[in-house]
Amino acid sequence: MELTGSQIVMECLLEQGVDTVFGYPGGAIMPVYDALYQYGDRIQHILTAHEQGASHAADGYARSSGRVGVCFATSGPGATNLVTGIATAYMDSSPVVFITCNVNEHLIGKDSFQEVDIVGIAMPITKSTYLVRDVTQIADVMREAFAVARGGRPGPVLIDIVRNVTLDSCEFESLPVEEHAGSGRLAALLRRASHGLEAPEVDPADIEQLLEMIGAAQKPLVICGGGVVRARAEEQFREFVEMIDAPVAITVMGGGGFTSMNPLATGMIGMHGSQASNHAVDRCDLLISVGCRFSDRVGLQFNTFAQNAKIVQIDIDRAEINKNVETDHHIIGDAKVVLSLLNAQLRDARGSEGGTYNHKAWKDEVFSFPTETEYDDGNGTMTPKQVLRKMAEILPAQTVVSTDVGQHQMWAIQHFRFCHPGQLITSGGFGAMGFGLGAALGAKAANPDKTVLHITGDGSFRMNCNELSTEEHYNLPVITCIFNNGTLGMVRQWQHLIFDGRYSQTTLDRGPDFVALANAYGLPGKRITNLDELEEALTEALDLNTGYVLDIAIDSGEMARPMISAGQHVTNFLID
Amino acid sequence: MSTEIEHDSIAAEVLEAADHIEAEALAAAAACPAAPADASALAALPKRHTLAVLVDNEAGVLSQVSRLFSRKGYNIESLAVGPTDNLAISRMTIEVFTDDKHADLMCNQLRKLLPVHSVKLLDMDHSLRRELVLYKVNATSHDVRNEVIQIANIFRGQVIDVTSSTMTVSLIGEEGKTEAAQALLAEFGIIELVRTGMVALERGHHTIDEDTKEKGEFNYGKHVL
Repeated sequence: MELTGSQIVMECLLEQGVDTVFGYPGGAIMPVYDALYQYGDRIQHILTAHEQGASHAADGYARSSGRVGVCFATSGPGATNLVTGIATAYMDSSPVVFITCNVNEHLIGKDSFQEVDIVGIAMPITKSTYLVRDVTQIADVMREAFAVARGGRPGPVLIDIVRNVTLDSCEFESLPVEEHAGSGRLAALLRRASHGLEAPEVDPADIEQLLEMIGAAQKPLVICGGGVVRARAEEQFREFVEMIDAPVAITVMGGGGFTSMNPLATGMIGMHGSQASNHAVDRCDLLISVGCRFSDRVGLQFNTFAQNAKIVQIDIDRAEINKNVETDHHIIGDAKVVLSLLNAQLRDARGSEGGTYNHKAWKDEVFSFPTETEYDDGNGTMTPKQVLRKMAEILPAQTVVSTDVGQHQMWAIQHFRFCHPGQLITSGGFGAMGFGLGAALGAKAANPDKTVLHITGDGSFRMNCNELSTEEHYNLPVITCIFNNGTLGMVRQWQHLIFDGRYSQTTLDRGPDFVALANAYGLPGKRITNLDELEEALTEALDLNTGYVLDIAIDSGEMARPMISAGQHVTNFLID
Repeated sequence: MSTEIEHDSIAAEVLEAADHIEAEALAAAAACPAAPADASALAALPKRHTLAVLVDNEAGVLSQVSRLFSRKGYNIESLAVGPTDNLAISRMTIEVFTDDKHADLMCNQLRKLLPVHSVKLLDMDHSLRRELVLYKVNATSHDVRNEVIQIANIFRGQVIDVTSSTMTVSLIGEEGKTEAAQALLAEFGIIELVRTGMVALERGHHTIDEDTKEKGEFNYGKHVL
């Protein structure tokens, strides 16, 4: 059938099963929004207050559901407002398709109104970018873009369509997703791979070698990274570590991949990681990393990281091997596939002689160190841990948590309980303040039946609190908890510890009154000064089932603990 | 977190150090060509690396490839690109000055790009490398013209243009040859000089397209759809 480029965009979204799009219209993308008007019964559009909010919402939607998020924006400023969101999705391997429109073909390259080379800008922060200048290419590009976003190591892609192409028409035949790989650009892309359309078998010799290493190890440690979450491999991971009886350190991105309540969990690893995790890294003789890229926040000092261990890296992305930390062995593959193969072999070995592991002495050594920080609650104010424990106690077990960036983020990951992938949504790699509220809205749109909690700080929340209007308008009930200490806490903490208490530009002694702000957006809010008030407010928020803002007073002296300075050895704790 | 301050001033230092070491290494090599050195120290020494890259012959691919180098702070020594026998595919030869570890990392990052089909770090000892250089030199007298012709002949170059005041010589070879010719021609005054950039192929039956386990591993992340 003959369709316009804009209609083809809609048809391609339907092919992919997309029912929700986040975005913001503008001049160049008007034809697409015109088609959206026509497809409004099948595709819900959530209009945010700002394109950045839409970008984070699409990201949060993707992370919480495992599906591909979709975000629209217009040319020029609309497109550049997405940049932080695109980079955030890229660093954390979140599958999002960003669709922007550019000025008309004859105006390209003439510094026209709202023209920008977004394809060039987005190149280093996407898996792939596409500039579409021919209407017959739209379907092909859309199909490739979705496949690329969700395939392999997931990530964002950007499609920039010039405006007149969205108005041109051509023949379009709908094609089921399963058949996309057999046609057009996607088929050409796959033909290059030696294994064609089939995922290559993991090399049995690689599995065998790892099993030998496990057999020889006395002090094994496993890292649960973001790859476990992206692959939704929590079951396989749990089975694996329980069979080899190894303690598990969890990265920020790995939160939810392995429940922190499992007795093998040593807590978070890295700069603000637990004593148990970081000492275990230093003392282990075999480190098996699953889906972790050893960022500087985990590896800290690369040349002494896990210095007594053989390091094995299991990752889907070959380019991550030996990038930051030199490894002794690696297995390339999806975490779920690799772990399933390992588990099958381990089960077989168990059936015959040997093959069972008991590392009690090693576990005793690791768990002689605390897995979680204790706080002094003698000064009458609530400690971050008390607040988060109370939240975990009152809110349903399936609650999805999005965070912003800073002290509250570390506290939330350390002390809230995460049990399944998609439960923790946080800007781990890029560390983008202002991520949380947009992401929470996206998570709520994807999970209407789950409670969504947005944990933020006063600094982060002030950045993108405009999205309260989106929350209210679409009735996306998110409970926002502001850890309000009147400062830019994490930077202040560094200033306290490293810059001799010179608090340069980190005191946030200013408005707004967050409760009044919530009210202005038509949402209830409450100021919280003790645990009883917190319990009452959370219960009320659950009952009302509307958006709710809790402004929680936290002492400005509280720090994210423990802490190791950037580039220091993993057990060289600056503060315990 | 908004507390990142220190990073990235290192890259510039490394590059400066690289220039320095190159000069030293060349001087040392000239003075003592058979100096023994252990392999790991040699690997850590910045040196010239030649990368062969097969890419889709499409707009934007060159900028995608080159930005990877600039992002990591490497100056591309030379880059030559052109279509292969398959017009849909171009082959790039990129020369970059760095240590073995970073050359590997560079290759790995290149392999992640969708339009990149294959990347191979060529073994200098088993590769054929050639570059075309055009030298335009001052040649106002009969004697000078004769001498330029002789130099061109010795280096198996060709004189491809001559006027009453200039001669243009074309020469093909590796940097050792082209630099030696340049040093001789400099005596007459080089008016202009242009290089095509190095192109390289492996000797024997080896090709960039060989399916290796490593190539399969890279394709895995890129192509599992």
